[in-house]
Parts: sequence; structure tokens; C-alpha cells
Amino acid sequence: MNILVCVKQVPDTTEIKIDPVNNTLIRDGVPSIVNPFDGFALEAAARIKDKDPSCKIIAMAMGPEAAKNALKECLAIAADKAYLISARAFGGSDTLATSYILYNAVKKVESIEGKFDMIFCGKQAIDGDTAQVGPELAEHLGYPQVSCALECELKDNSLEVLQEGDIKKVIGIDLPCLITFTKPSFDPRFPTIKRKLAANRAEIPVFSDADLEGIDPLHIGLKGSPTKVKKTFVPQKKTGGLIINEGSAEANAAKLAQLLNDAHII
Amino acid sequence: MFQFTEEQLSVQELVHDFAQKEVLPLAEENDKLGLPNKEIIAALGEMGILSLNIPEEYGGSGLDEISKVLAIYEMGRTCAGTAEVVSTQMLVNDIVLMNANEEQKAEFLPRVAEGKIGAFALTEPGAGSDAGSIRTKAVRDGSDFIINGTKCFISNMGKDEGDFVVLITVTDPQKGTHGGMTAFLIDRNTPGFTVGKLEDKLGIRAASVSELIFQDCRVPESCVLGSVGDGFRIAMSGLDGGRIGVASLSLGIAQHAFDSAVKYSKERSQFGRPISKNQGIQWYIADMATRLEAAKLLTYNAAYARMNNSKDVVIAASMAKYFASEAANYIADKALQIHGGYGFIKDFDVERIYRDARILKIFEGTSEIQKIVISREVLKK
Repeated sequence: MNILVCVKQVPDTTEIKIDPVNNTLIRDGVPSIVNPFDGFALEAAARIKDKDPSCKIIAMAMGPEAAKNALKECLAIAADKAYLISARAFGGSDTLATSYILYNAVKKVESIEGKFDMIFCGKQAIDGDTAQVGPELAEHLGYPQVSCALECELKDNSLEVLQEGDIKKVIGIDLPCLITFTKPSFDPRFPTIKRKLAANRAEIPVFSDADLEGIDPLHIGLKGSPTKVKKTFVPQKKTGGLIINEGSAEANAAKLAQLLNDAHII
Repeated sequence: MFQFTEEQLSVQELVHDFAQKEVLPLAEENDKLGLPNKEIIAALGEMGILSLNIPEEYGGSGLDEISKVLAIYEMGRTCAGTAEVVSTQMLVNDIVLMNANEEQKAEFLPRVAEGKIGAFALTEPGAGSDAGSIRTKAVRDGSDFIINGTKCFISNMGKDEGDFVVLITVTDPQKGTHGGMTAFLIDRNTPGFTVGKLEDKLGIRAASVSELIFQDCRVPESCVLGSVGDGFRIAMSGLDGGRIGVASLSLGIAQHAFDSAVKYSKERSQFGRPISKNQGIQWYIADMATRLEAAKLLTYNAAYARMNNSKDVVIAASMAKYFASEAANYIADKALQIHGGYGFIKDFDVERIYRDARILKIFEGTSEIQKIVISREVLKK
């Protein structure tokens, strides 16, 4: 079995700063991590490999050279090999262009590693929060998909996927398929010292647009991105609410009516 | 300025992440229960932290003394008791590596990589600093030895945990420390060997410390570690590494106390401003920072001396252990003082850190013994 895990390197902060000119995230000086949802996807792949050690896990990321760090973390945790997809021409890609690039990258990596039986992604990245890239990649590939999976189990030639929701569903899906993962009930594993040291030394091949044969330059980067960010801003903090506690429901209701009346709302 | 290698920094980063995410949140509960946390120890085994200083051929990672220092330090910044389990294991690994034969290494060391821990049993009720006065006897009986005696304050042997023990015995009382003592490497399940009373301790409560009882415990000659009569030397062979281990643990505890104190001094406001604006507090912080830094440098220095097989390792390890353990107690005390009344209650980590720090001046050679070692090394030149 061949599993591809798609990961994104994201800034490790809730204090996101935004470039006022370009309306894009300022990434300089912000420590980067593997997008946590992608970590859950990697853990899901690792759990399949625990049961079938012959299984091969490939990690792939699109991003700048620094994203190799995210891939090294994947190698330390569970991945057998990693590939970085990186080119200036990819800059400014929205989800549509990104998924198109990833689709071409999947074809390229498959030409080296063999066909992928499963492609695992995080349900969304914590920086963009679109949750679109995984499903779009499945569409490009023409694969069936399940989004927001909690865990999955390999049954012969299909996957049984437990999907998040008010009512949890177990969905059977034929291979090849694409699954996006959300936070499971268990914590992803930590690397071992040996794996971490080996990952430091690992060579990570980089493919640019020139390496992805047949990729259409009009469908990548800013040119291939119909989404335009008009404005990005941090919403102003709302003032705290008012707690009415007059001692009884009747008194509370009367006070509320009075306040609404004073504010000319009623 | 010490420059660490990428490998050493990777180990530190890994242990740091694990300790902060998985160990720190459980430190208070571990302390309350007064027991080692089995899940954490299993994870430490799986990740290769317990077997960090064991060569790869026995399942370990074969890392150096600086990596050991950084790993114990990072663990010590979260749960001192768990860090003590790691520190003790490194000492046991060292003693086995330096003194065991091939069969013994192949039998016992891979167990550590599987998450099992071992102990080093020297101390007895009547033999602490004066380790040469132990009474546990091993008497030859044909090709076997029969062991009788009691060891106390033994780390890494608890109700459930503790898989094997390096045991120091007397085989020939006439010969004393030179030729009269013998070390054994014994499996926990050996008949006649039981774990007795578990000590209820002031600090490092997530590490078990217990009494080991040997009652007509029969072991074959193959259990002898090194050779018969070589026990005292073997017991002393772990001293330098053990002292560097406790110095590293001291650094971790001190760092934890220091960080908590600095943070609190900025948050706590009295007389209309943060207490960190008061010169009295600032002077404490300067003293704490300086002693912590000095303790780190002495510890790194000792670790390098050990890595380079320098003959200065004896004095360097003693100075590191002495200074770092005293510094950790000073820093924990001042951290508690900065916290005021809140430092005295269990809602704040410094209460636990203050208790954890106290043992540092006692085990692996008291501060007083370290001073004897240091002055002896100075005066013999």
C-alpha cells in the first residue's frame, strides 16, 4: 500500500500579523509548524503502517524551501520519503491553483514512487482555513473522497472511515481515494530520537513547475487564481456583554425591557 | 560559549516538545500520586530517551554526554521526578556499558530500549556517604552466590517498575573496598529478591525510591558484573556520569523555577505596578540568572570532560553537581519568595519545584562529599 500525506507548513501563532499593503500574512519571524490537521492525517497513515509495515508513506508539501522543515518533521514521525513542490511561479496560488499544482505533483511523484492507494490531507490549514484544497485535489484526480475523518481502517481493498458529525458515520470507500482528517480522540505520536536524527540528514527532492510535465502556466500562481483577496483585517473586539442579575426572572425581564427601551431598540 | 551540534540540538528539541506537551500537564498529578507515570515512562522508552546513551547495536541511539545533559535538563523543566527516572537510567546504562560482558549487555540493554528501567543499588541503612561500609553479603556456594541483605533509597525500583538491578555486595569482608566487594547484574524476578518499602518522599515524587530485600537470593556466577572483588571500582565507575546527570536535573529544576519567577514578577502587581519594577526583585532575578548560567557552564564543561575522557572529569563533575544543586535550591527558594504566599500553595508550580530541589544537594554524593572530592583533587596536585 502506498499512502501520500499532503502537508502544509503554517505559522505557529494565533497572533497573525497582516501585511497592510498586500493583505497577506506576514510569515517572517513567526515560527512554523506542520499544520495540525495534516499531523492527524500523518498519524492516520502511521496507524495503517503499524498494522502493515510493508506500507509506504510519502509526505509532500508545497511551499518555499523552508517548508522542508515541515517535511523533516513528517519524516521524523512516520514518513518514509518526502517531496517538496516549490517554485516562484506557484506564489499567490489560491485553493484552485494549489490543488491543480498538487494534482500535477501527485502524477510526478507517482512516476517515481508508484501509484498512491490513499491520499491523506488535513481537513484545512489553520492559516487559510478554507478546507478546499483536499476536496479539490480529489476532484482533479477523479477519486472518491471523505472529508472530516476522525480515523480510518484498511479493510481488504477499501477503507472504513469514521466521519465527524453530530451523528458519526462509518463510510466505506474504495481505493484509490482521498481522505481529509480532523482532530481524532487520540494524540499523534512523537518522533523517536533515531527517526528525528535520520530525518535531519534526509535529502528532500524539490520539484518546480519545470519538473511537472504538462502543467498549464495559466492555471498556477496568481494567474490561475480566480480568488482575489480584497481586504484582510482583524475584527475589532466587541465589548463585553452585560449580565443582568436582578434576583428574579420577572425583575430581570423588566430590567432588560427598560434597557432595550432606553436604547430605543424597542 | 559552548556550541552544540545539530544532533544535540535536535535531541533537545524533541525532548523539549515531548516534555512540555505531554509531561508538564501531568506533573502536578504525578506529584500528588507519588508514583512514576507508566505511560510517560513507556513513551520515553519508545522514543529512545531512556536508551539515549546506549549504542545502536543494543537498541539505543548511541548519543553523547551533552545530549544526555540536554535531555535530562528538558525533562527536569517539567516533572523533576520523571527526569530523575531518566537520569538514574542513564547512570545504570553507563555502569552496564562500562562493566558488563557481551552476554549481559545483549540481555539487559535492549530491555531499556523497550521502555524497561533498571536500578543501581549501593546505599544501605548504615552505608550512605560511606559506601565502603555496606553489609549486603554474597557468599559463594559452588558455582552460585547466595545474597543476603537490604538496600535502601534505591531509585527506579518500585511496586511495578524496575526490571533489573546493578547490586553491590560484600564477598570478602577482610579485603574491604579493595577486592572485597562484588557487583551483580540481577533480574527483578530472581527468587529471594523482593522490593520492600516504598518511600513517601518530600519531592521528586514521580520517581520511586524503595528498599530492596535479598533473602537467600541464589544467583549463578554469570550474574557477576565485571569480576569478583571488583565491586567497589564498578560502583565508583558511574560516579562522574551520575553527578553530571544530577547537575543536569538541577539545571532543569532551576530553569523551571526561574522561568516561573520571572513570569510571575511581571504579572503580579503591588503598590500599583508589577513587582518586577522593584529593585529588590530585580536583584533576586539577577542573582538567579547568574547562578543558573554558571551552573550550566560548569555542567557542560563536565560533560565535555567526560566525552573527551579527560582526567579532569572527576573534579569537573563534582563541581558541576555541587554548584548546580546548590544553585537550584537557591533559585527555587527565591522563586518561591517572589511568588509570596502564592508560592506556598499547591496551585503554583513553585511549591512543587521547591520540594523537588531539596534532594539535589543529597543524592549522588552530598554537597559536603563533593567538597571533599573537589578539595582532594586540588590538594593532590
